[in-house]
Amino acid sequence: MSDTRRVQVTVNGHRHELTVSARRTLADMLRHDLGYTGTHLGCEHGICGACTVLLDGAPVRSCLMFGVQADGCEVGTVEGLAEGGQLSDLQQAFSDHHALQCGFCTPGFLMLAEAYLAECLARDAAGPGPSEPEVRELVAANLCRCTGYQGIIDAVLATAMARLAAADGQAGTAQADGPARADSQ
Amino acid sequence: MSVVGASLPRTEDPRLLRGRGRFADDLSLPGQLWARIVRSPAAHGRLLSVDTRQALRRRGAALVVTAADLPGRLLIPVRLAVEGTDLSPYLQPVLAADTVRYVGEPVAVVLAEDPYTAEDAAELVDLDIDELAPVLDPAAAATREAPRLFAAGNVAADFALGYGNVDAAFARAQTIVEISVEIGRHTGVPLEPRALLASADPLTGGVEIFGMTKVPVFNQGVLASMLGMPPELIHVHEIDAGGGFGVRGEFYPEDFLVPWLALRLQRPVKWTEDRAEHLVAANHSRQQRHRIAAAFDGDGRILGLRDNILHDNGAYCRTHGITVPELTIAMLPGPYRVPAYDGRIRVVLTNKTPCGTYRAPGRFEGTTAREQLLDVAATRLGLDRCELRRRNLLSPAELPLRREMSTLGTEVVLDAGNYPALLAAALAEADRLGYLEELRDGRKAGRLRGLGLAAFLEKSGLGPQETAEVTIDGAGQVLVLSGATSFGQGVQTVLGQIAADALGVSPAAVSVVTGDTRLQPAGMGSWASRTTVVAGSAVHAAAEAVVARARCLAGRLLEISEADLEVRADRIGARGDPASALSLAQIAAAATEGSPVLGPGEPAGLSGRGRFEVTHMTYPYGVHVAVVDIDPGTGQVRVLRYLVAYEVGRAVNPMQVAGQLRGGAAQGIGGALLEQLTYDEAGQPQATTFMTYQMPTAAETPRVDVLVTEHAPAPGNPLGVRGAGEGGVTAAGAAIASAVRDALSLAGSVGELPLTPDRILALAAGADGEAAPASTRPGEPVYS
Repeated sequence: MSDTRRVQVTVNGHRHELTVSARRTLADMLRHDLGYTGTHLGCEHGICGACTVLLDGAPVRSCLMFGVQADGCEVGTVEGLAEGGQLSDLQQAFSDHHALQCGFCTPGFLMLAEAYLAECLARDAAGPGPSEPEVRELVAANLCRCTGYQGIIDAVLATAMARLAAADGQAGTAQADGPARADSQ
Repeated sequence: MSVVGASLPRTEDPRLLRGRGRFADDLSLPGQLWARIVRSPAAHGRLLSVDTRQALRRRGAALVVTAADLPGRLLIPVRLAVEGTDLSPYLQPVLAADTVRYVGEPVAVVLAEDPYTAEDAAELVDLDIDELAPVLDPAAAATREAPRLFAAGNVAADFALGYGNVDAAFARAQTIVEISVEIGRHTGVPLEPRALLASADPLTGGVEIFGMTKVPVFNQGVLASMLGMPPELIHVHEIDAGGGFGVRGEFYPEDFLVPWLALRLQRPVKWTEDRAEHLVAANHSRQQRHRIAAAFDGDGRILGLRDNILHDNGAYCRTHGITVPELTIAMLPGPYRVPAYDGRIRVVLTNKTPCGTYRAPGRFEGTTAREQLLDVAATRLGLDRCELRRRNLLSPAELPLRREMSTLGTEVVLDAGNYPALLAAALAEADRLGYLEELRDGRKAGRLRGLGLAAFLEKSGLGPQETAEVTIDGAGQVLVLSGATSFGQGVQTVLGQIAADALGVSPAAVSVVTGDTRLQPAGMGSWASRTTVVAGSAVHAAAEAVVARARCLAGRLLEISEADLEVRADRIGARGDPASALSLAQIAAAATEGSPVLGPGEPAGLSGRGRFEVTHMTYPYGVHVAVVDIDPGTGQVRVLRYLVAYEVGRAVNPMQVAGQLRGGAAQGIGGALLEQLTYDEAGQPQATTFMTYQMPTAAETPRVDVLVTEHAPAPGNPLGVRGAGEGGVTAAGAAIASAVRDALSLAGSVGELPLTPDRILALAAGADGEAAPASTRPGEPVYS
């Protein structure tokens, strides 16, 4: 049995075809074979979440997957978030809310948050909006050792509110949603 | 508006947010080999043989080296030596030669064509170890009967600091309160594992290194002496680092092995540790047992303070030597009036990972012990906790205060401040934010809820010096070179603000380069909350030198006397004639090579060098307040509210000061409740993953309120800054312990950190001996 495989993968819209060792993790394939070094490895056992990427839109720990398992998939990494010279709204909110210091965990939090934000937009408008407890629970999926998390929570919540407001505006609904349920507990 | 004092967005953010940080493992060089360290699986034993044959047979394995292959018996020296202490018998070898002393100790290095193969081959290295009984308890290790880690014994140092007549103070005391407090073993655990990339430089015969942080110039010197090479041939490059916290960037065995192998093979060598390695290889910290006592007069005033400490340093003395023990006892009296003091500490070696500093080293430990003692004393004396502190905090009139001790080679002189005012402000702020209401409401609803508080003294701005160079070009772009280093704490932003402020230019025009040994060969790096204070002052001095030089050139260009010039923002012109003014960029453009404005031999361009020297540290201070709930069923402690009040002298970037305090508080809460590097009876580490080493997530970390004051500018530096790196951590163990003690109405001490559910349940079941009488319930009269 050959221990290498041919893999086709689309990363941030760019198609790649490569041969990888069957045991190579998706994280190592992205970082060392394809040069997407923005995806970081903090523990290699699925706890810290620094390696979180989007696999067909869903957040995954790329340290817990083999590269070959991404064959035929669309992968989203941190390098795909900024459009042109502009930071995305989420990236800008991270800077505005001082949601990063060393920046090592940041790509994982950004990708985790992107998945959450997409989920927020897809929700039934009549349902509950984003709230601090909900975002806190989301953010608790990953580890940050510098910030104490508050800035991350604030940045994700602010982006969620802004994107929902923009979507409402586009949909032409004049309905004024209340502010996010703030809960300091 | 002044640029210093503005919460400007960080210049580091855009590239980090785009995934364009340059961390060491992000870099690769053509032809590189990957290193994997073979580590001792035994806590203590004689290393009989290392068989590398199987490993070398693995396809892709290039080389295996053991201690026998090293150029001599290499020991890692102490960076921070304390005068009169000889630690040479206890230094760690680069690779173990005949004895292994902790699980994780490097024994061999495997090089291979890729990291997976290196790991495979490392597992094939066969170690024959004759296991010896491990020594794990520091008290037992200090006895004569204990198995010896070293011929010289297991006590590396036994020393005391203090002043005044302590025996007399205790003899005339009305009340003596004595407790035991144990601090758990935990450490910084930056999220980026350590990594190094080294490459031989055929042009110079030297070596280039990526991944050395914190003190690159010092490490360059250590490596140079080990390699027998002039330091200038070792070029350490600037790099992003994913958190430091005291742990990253000290000289570890790998810091010799990786460059040495790159030179030996003339091929780039890359090494990145995994998390399990990090947790057994990088410095541990904190573990201490305090037996602390205070003597009080009839009014609750401290007459004397005594602490007898056992410090579990693990298997070797590493680069920090006995810094942490020394800081512990030197800082223990804190912000209080302590007329007589005796702090004694024994530094004991055990078969565990060696220790070094972790953010607020010695102060987290000492503050926990002292503040818990004051809480217990308040109960015993029938005094409110705040009132007891108020009576004993030093007043502004008593500062500056010289304590007859020294630490880190400096005399302890508390410089300035108003400690009682900050305590009052913190309590008022906590009340304003509803902490008291929440305390009362929770108790009314039958919850085990407690309020904790702790006052602390920090230290920062350690010298002896730092260097900087500032250059402005003809387009107005400013380049700042600093001897500081960055771990991601926002150093570039802060130094850029200081330079922009002094030059009167936009911060957007400033780039800052740190951590490169060629650019600042006398740089001392970033540690001990020194960067903003010492490196910031050096940048300030360099920028002022630029302005002075620009005035000189402007005088020539405008053909008027310098005395008749005035500086407005970044423009220099004739007094009262703004139209005549030249910008710094114009002056720089006029001073290029060959310009007639330059005298013979004068350097072209517009640059200034700065060096800031300082002999004393500055002492920031603060107060932490916490509200916690305890689940009586599970023993889990939940932190509901948390306040850090901190006097920073002057905040260069208030957003970043708050960020430092918040992040520090989260780490401190982790050390108080969750994080613990435990060992089984065979000396096997029990916390080698993030499942077993539990750092706080967002679920365990409260929103941290911050009250930053700028009432006491530091007198010892031109910016008045005091350093903000550690004050978020310092009193977190103390404040959480105080809150738990309050929630459980304990009469005695909480005994130990971390306050794990087991410990809480034991305390709730009466493990401290007695319940407090209702009238002195510590939580009730807090704001009397």
